[in-house]
Amino acid sequence: MYIPVIGLEIHAELLTKSKVFCNCSAEFGGDQNSRCCPVCTGMPGTLPVINQTAVEYAVKAGFALNCEINKFSVFDRKNYFYPDLPKAYQISQLNYPLCINGSVPIEVEVDGEKIQKNIRINRIHLEEDAGKLIHDDYNGVSLADYNRCGIPLIEIVTEPDIRSAEEARAFVEKVSLLLQYAGVCDCKMEQGSLRCDVNISIMKPTDTEFGTRAEIKNLNSLKSIVRAIEYEIKRQSKILDGGGKVVQETRRFNDNHGDTKSMRSKEDAHDYRYFPEPDILQVNFTDEDLAAIRAKLPELPEKRFERYTKEYGLSETDAKILVSQKTISDFFNGALEVYNNPKSISSFIIVELLRRVNLGEVSMDNLPFSSKDFAILVQMADEEKVSKNDAKTILRFMVESGKNPEEIAKENGFLISNDTGKVEEVVEGVLSANKAIVEQWLSGEQKVFGFLMGQCTKELKGVCTPKVVKDILEAKLNSMK
Amino acid sequence: MDVSQLKIRQLREMLDKKEISAAELADEYIKRIKEYDKKLESYITVTEEIAKEQAKAAQERINSGSSSALTGIPIAIKDNICTEGVKTTCASKMLENFVPPYNATVIEKLYSENIVMLGKTSMDEFAMGGSTQTSAFAKTKNPYDLNRVPGGSSGGSAACVSAGLAPAALGSDTGGSIRQPAAFCGVTGLKPTYGRVSRYGLVAFASSLDQIGPIARDAHDCALVLNAISGCDSRDGTSSRLAAENFAAKIGMPVKGMKIAVPKEFYADGIDAVVRDSVLSAAQKYKEMGAEIVECSMPSLKYAVAAYYLISSAEASSNLSRYDGIKYGHRSSKGDSYSELVCNSRSEGFGEEVKRRILLGNYALSSGYYDAYYGKAMALKQKIRAEYEEIFKLCDVILTPTAPSVAYGINENVTDPVKMYQADICTVTVNIASLPAISTTCGYDSKGMPIGMSIIGKHFDEATIIQVADAFEKNFEIIPPRIV
Repeated sequence: MYIPVIGLEIHAELLTKSKVFCNCSAEFGGDQNSRCCPVCTGMPGTLPVINQTAVEYAVKAGFALNCEINKFSVFDRKNYFYPDLPKAYQISQLNYPLCINGSVPIEVEVDGEKIQKNIRINRIHLEEDAGKLIHDDYNGVSLADYNRCGIPLIEIVTEPDIRSAEEARAFVEKVSLLLQYAGVCDCKMEQGSLRCDVNISIMKPTDTEFGTRAEIKNLNSLKSIVRAIEYEIKRQSKILDGGGKVVQETRRFNDNHGDTKSMRSKEDAHDYRYFPEPDILQVNFTDEDLAAIRAKLPELPEKRFERYTKEYGLSETDAKILVSQKTISDFFNGALEVYNNPKSISSFIIVELLRRVNLGEVSMDNLPFSSKDFAILVQMADEEKVSKNDAKTILRFMVESGKNPEEIAKENGFLISNDTGKVEEVVEGVLSANKAIVEQWLSGEQKVFGFLMGQCTKELKGVCTPKVVKDILEAKLNSMK
Repeated sequence: MDVSQLKIRQLREMLDKKEISAAELADEYIKRIKEYDKKLESYITVTEEIAKEQAKAAQERINSGSSSALTGIPIAIKDNICTEGVKTTCASKMLENFVPPYNATVIEKLYSENIVMLGKTSMDEFAMGGSTQTSAFAKTKNPYDLNRVPGGSSGGSAACVSAGLAPAALGSDTGGSIRQPAAFCGVTGLKPTYGRVSRYGLVAFASSLDQIGPIARDAHDCALVLNAISGCDSRDGTSSRLAAENFAAKIGMPVKGMKIAVPKEFYADGIDAVVRDSVLSAAQKYKEMGAEIVECSMPSLKYAVAAYYLISSAEASSNLSRYDGIKYGHRSSKGDSYSELVCNSRSEGFGEEVKRRILLGNYALSSGYYDAYYGKAMALKQKIRAEYEEIFKLCDVILTPTAPSVAYGINENVTDPVKMYQADICTVTVNIASLPAISTTCGYDSKGMPIGMSIIGKHFDEATIIQVADAFEKNFEIIPPRIV
């Protein structure tokens, strides 16, 4: 039995409007090479100018991941030839990264019990993304798209604290969550805004030193992270079991086969010839600068959880569900601004809205209605302006049409007026039209009550709640005894 | 009319008094270029059509009475400064057909003054060299003796000003590339403080050392050009935020009482006697003007050339990596893979000296050697800066020779790169310490070749070195080159 020793390098694209060293748009997509300029395509004579927002976002990420922020930070050039890198060097950070010594708590299961474990962060540094190559095998050419070139990236490097594929998944999920709450990355792995390299070795429990590691490059989904780690553990175990030695190398994960293949050995590793980037001045922070950035940091999930449980009195289970995604928590907060009833809102989100989300009817990323409309619906149900059952139907209509709840209730006759005068009138009408039935009831046949109730509600649909009908009907019948 | 020896101020007066039109003036220079530049080879590209158009615009501005100091003044541009729509070759086969889609900041600034661009001047390939003989297109000659080099790397700019094929030119200076050719060609060249002039659009050689500056007929003209091209630029993160100033402001103020330092190492063995004597007699003249000559020492000078070549080559190796023949520039017709294509394109596109520096730089940065070479060079940089700080506690400016010798023969020195590199001893420390310095002519040797002296100033104190150089120039008679 071996213990896996895993460290991760997470690349996260920052959500700045413009690129890190020029004014081009940093948005995802766009026609090929429509979002680039002489600077990000490295034309002769052009110079990079640092985007201060990118620096600020990297520092925010540092705060979110409990890092120390270096007051003195330096950019370096990492030199290598590749057609997606038009300057033939990447501006990155080597010896003086922006953030160091962080930690991220994750929840892991040990013997069926959930415990908290801290994964230490070695560093976070700021760098630029490279372009994209599109290989056209049919025409036998490779095409370069530089739209992504120069988008700000942070690289988050952990210590080798992770011990399983599940821990790795929990860590990546937690980091994504924190970065999203910090507002610095949308963490859309399918769009490549969050990517992961895995360093993994295995050791026997009795070993005092880590084994030789392999690095698996560019994993772009949680699933492939888990699969790649599981495959590597098997592969390395087999080698050691057979008396062999694991070689230090870089490997590539193949999503179709679920295996990893060697890319290059240690001997073929690049010599990046790092040196300080002369075109960009060193970054110096004062205590005031850092305090100002920290003040701009949005509320992180732990804080929200605390608020939800302590201030709002929600259960830990519910609070956990609400903070598990920033979109849900933001939606909850938004709804509270309109209707300040946390328990009601929370339960309607968890029971009704998330059910529809889980059914795939709608996604939290693009709901067709606002948190304000949602709050109005919950309030309408609480105030018995619509029945609880109708409220669920209204939500379904909102999901389908995006219309506001009042409109839907009106159009479909869900509104309850609770006009008791009208109720009494109808009840009396029903009783006098069904004298024989009333006699049955008076003689002790309780079950006919349901029939009378049905006659009343049929005529009173949308006027009042069944409870009101029932109360008045009972009172009338009793007075006839 | 002979415009060959006229200064910017004189041309300004003639233009404003309508004694000559901007078009006529441009024409005079174009005529001279056509007449002399076949022999001199100072220009790579002559932009006659653009000059005519710009002269027209300049004339309109002059006529409207709103001309600025450089309106209608013809100026030549070193061919490593990007000019939109005009080839910018860096005198390299690699960029033989490169036409930038943008202007350098200095070009935008000059255009906004309505200058008249005469053309793009030759240089050592990618500004690496001191002779302009590594140019792939125009191996410029010295106007004082066509068998000698004009210096470099801004040899085309210095030679064209010297020969009267332009009243002023822009050069760039990484280790002496403005000052040394100015000295060899008997004109005045100013290397501003690092950060004074935006580097945006200057094709990078060594980014921490490069600086654009003027070459002109005297210090006063240099001040006028510097006024136009300096200032903070949002496109260059290393450009200084200091407000622009009038660099001619101190001209005419007495040098009496000023302290001028002469560090002994700059006058030691390795400096030709004729150069040493000439610069020291200039010091004597300053003394006669009431300045005080202060003796001092710069012990690290002996390491300066080594430090300079390590730092500049390391940065160059990285800066020149982008020339892969894929997106622009020379592309080899041979090569079946990406690596082969890049390798062949670079092998064919770069000249010997450029390749030598790329190799040197990559070696100095490679793992296992970094500390021994690049690391040590960076430590020396700190030491040299500290020694300058000490010296400037004793003085206002420093006086040194600009080069150890006068311009040498075209075939001399070329086979021994180390000897070539040693010739940069007088100029490289200024770049390493980011200081401003100006070179002006202080004498001629027995064969009539010009001798240059350099006045080095404190950071951002260009006004003072211009003042000091001007004070000497006012009492010194220039002997124009025979080619004129």
